[in-house]
Amino acid sequence: MSKIILDIQNLKREFLMGEETVRALRGISFSVSAGEFVTIMGSSGSGKTTLLNILGCLDKPSEGDYLLDGVNVKKLSRNELAGLRNTKIGFVFQAYNLLPRTSALENVELPLFYNKQFNSDQRREKGMKALEAVKLSNRADHTPNQLSGGQQQRVAIARALINDPVMILADEATGNLDTRTSYEIMALMQELNEKGKTIVFVTHEPDIASFSSRTIILKDGRILKDSLNENKRSAKEALEALPVSDDQ
Amino acid sequence: MLGIIIGVAAVIAMMAIGQGSKQSIQTSLSGMGSNMINIMPKGNEMGGVRIGGSSFQTLTMLDVRAIQRDAVGIDGISPLVSSSGQAIKAAKNWPTTITGVSTDYLHIRQLTLQDGIMFSETDILTSAKVCLLGKTVIDNLFANGENPIGQYIRFNQTPFQVIGILTPKGQSNFGQDQDDIILTPYTTVQNRITASTIYLQSILVSAVSLAASDSATAGIKTILRETHRLRPDEDDDFDVRTQAELITMISSTSSMMTVLLTSIAGISLLIGGIGIMNIMYVSVTERTREIGLRMSIGARGIDILMQFLIEAIMISITGGLIGVLLGILASQFVALFIHWPILISESSIVLSFFVCGITGIFFGYYPALKASKLDPIEALRYE
Repeated sequence: MSKIILDIQNLKREFLMGEETVRALRGISFSVSAGEFVTIMGSSGSGKTTLLNILGCLDKPSEGDYLLDGVNVKKLSRNELAGLRNTKIGFVFQAYNLLPRTSALENVELPLFYNKQFNSDQRREKGMKALEAVKLSNRADHTPNQLSGGQQQRVAIARALINDPVMILADEATGNLDTRTSYEIMALMQELNEKGKTIVFVTHEPDIASFSSRTIILKDGRILKDSLNENKRSAKEALEALPVSDDQ
Repeated sequence: MLGIIIGVAAVIAMMAIGQGSKQSIQTSLSGMGSNMINIMPKGNEMGGVRIGGSSFQTLTMLDVRAIQRDAVGIDGISPLVSSSGQAIKAAKNWPTTITGVSTDYLHIRQLTLQDGIMFSETDILTSAKVCLLGKTVIDNLFANGENPIGQYIRFNQTPFQVIGILTPKGQSNFGQDQDDIILTPYTTVQNRITASTIYLQSILVSAVSLAASDSATAGIKTILRETHRLRPDEDDDFDVRTQAELITMISSTSSMMTVLLTSIAGISLLIGGIGIMNIMYVSVTERTREIGLRMSIGARGIDILMQFLIEAIMISITGGLIGVLLGILASQFVALFIHWPILISESSIVLSFFVCGITGIFFGYYPALKASKLDPIEALRYE
């Protein structure tokens, strides 16, 4: 068994809404090993987003432990969490969240601005490398509004890759894209996964989940089902199988 | 940005116009003879009856020469003898006073010649019968448009040739007509009109500056006590006076102007600062998602704080720069078209620039702090 990247034990998260206590997560335990491609599914209100926030070190659990790459997140301060997000996690959002009027390369370099180890030359070099990994090195000088949705999401993935994180955390990363582009993104994700990247992908589309190696389904703050995907589809093949007429 | 530009431009322009006006007010006030020191004989008792100073005769040309020789911080001295009488030109006549002075008198009283020349030292030595006329005298003795220069008038019985015309000065603060004046060498008055050749009515001295007038006054007192051979226990037999009232007026005017200018500058910059704060608040709100993103990829609170603070400072400094240029332009415009005196001082530029930076930090801090305290989850979801 390979190294465990992510380990959560009996995770609970409660919110106080006025007088009422909302239990978003009611005790969740699972772990993800290096090199896995996990999709987390669930209908709205299932606790998906809360879990994602905790996994992304944006929020802390009320109860239970979350170990990310051996670090217990619960004991960290706001600033330490920021450092953890910077070095260990690569975020990919549904709405891309690129800075407007800023070139693709600069968008990709952004996380390194908050990492004092790198000077501007190293930032540039790593930025170009990450853009190459998403096959967009020829668009480095373009601003987001000069890129298509799929290209913007690929820039966002490059940004997630630049710090060489232990885990890529994608939040409905294909939600704003059409089927073909979604498949392209999923093909890219699978490619990265094959190169050894651990990916946690939150989605509500079973179609997308079928490209992953493991699916966790949440319901009412509990795990409903945690299963390995027996017949994982290849996004590349799915892409080729799409009728060409879709394009016209 | 606009707020700070307008603020700084207003400060620069107001300061330039204000400083200019302040200076021109001061110049015109000192034009009234603020540096002037007046020496008069002192009133005294004689056999139990108090007699006014002017009836006393203690000042002589010896005093004038001693002061001229020994006093420090003076740049002009003139004896003064005068006589009232009737000035006559052909069929017209006018009751006035003839004043005998030396050549320094014009400088001491800040008088200028509108036409003609001042009498010379030779004229003083020879008691020449030449005179300078003020506007009131001319108006009353000459027909409109007639040039008085070179013509003769009579003062009582004595004929005088007019050699110069004084630039009109108008009324003094006390309602005295300063143009009702005939100037002539003091020797001429002494020898040809009053026939009193020893004593002077008063002596006028001008100090080099307003600041020097106090020390000059003290020096003159010492010199006069020596020349008058007064024993230490004896009172002064003369009176030395400065234009204390004028000086007070000048200093109170200038301090009032300073307060006025400072408060205008302060209010403008405050408004500019509030403008910056608003801009920064809007900027923080507009860019909430960006802040959320930056935080999610590892920006700490302090990083966000610095980012917005630097932004605020950049805005205010850029605004300040444009404001300085605009302010200089505006004040030049005022100088060019309204002909107001302006004075752009380096200190006002440096000051407003400096205050700009401080304003940027001060008013940029709260929005920046607000940004740095945002919850990344909320910020990312913000629409």
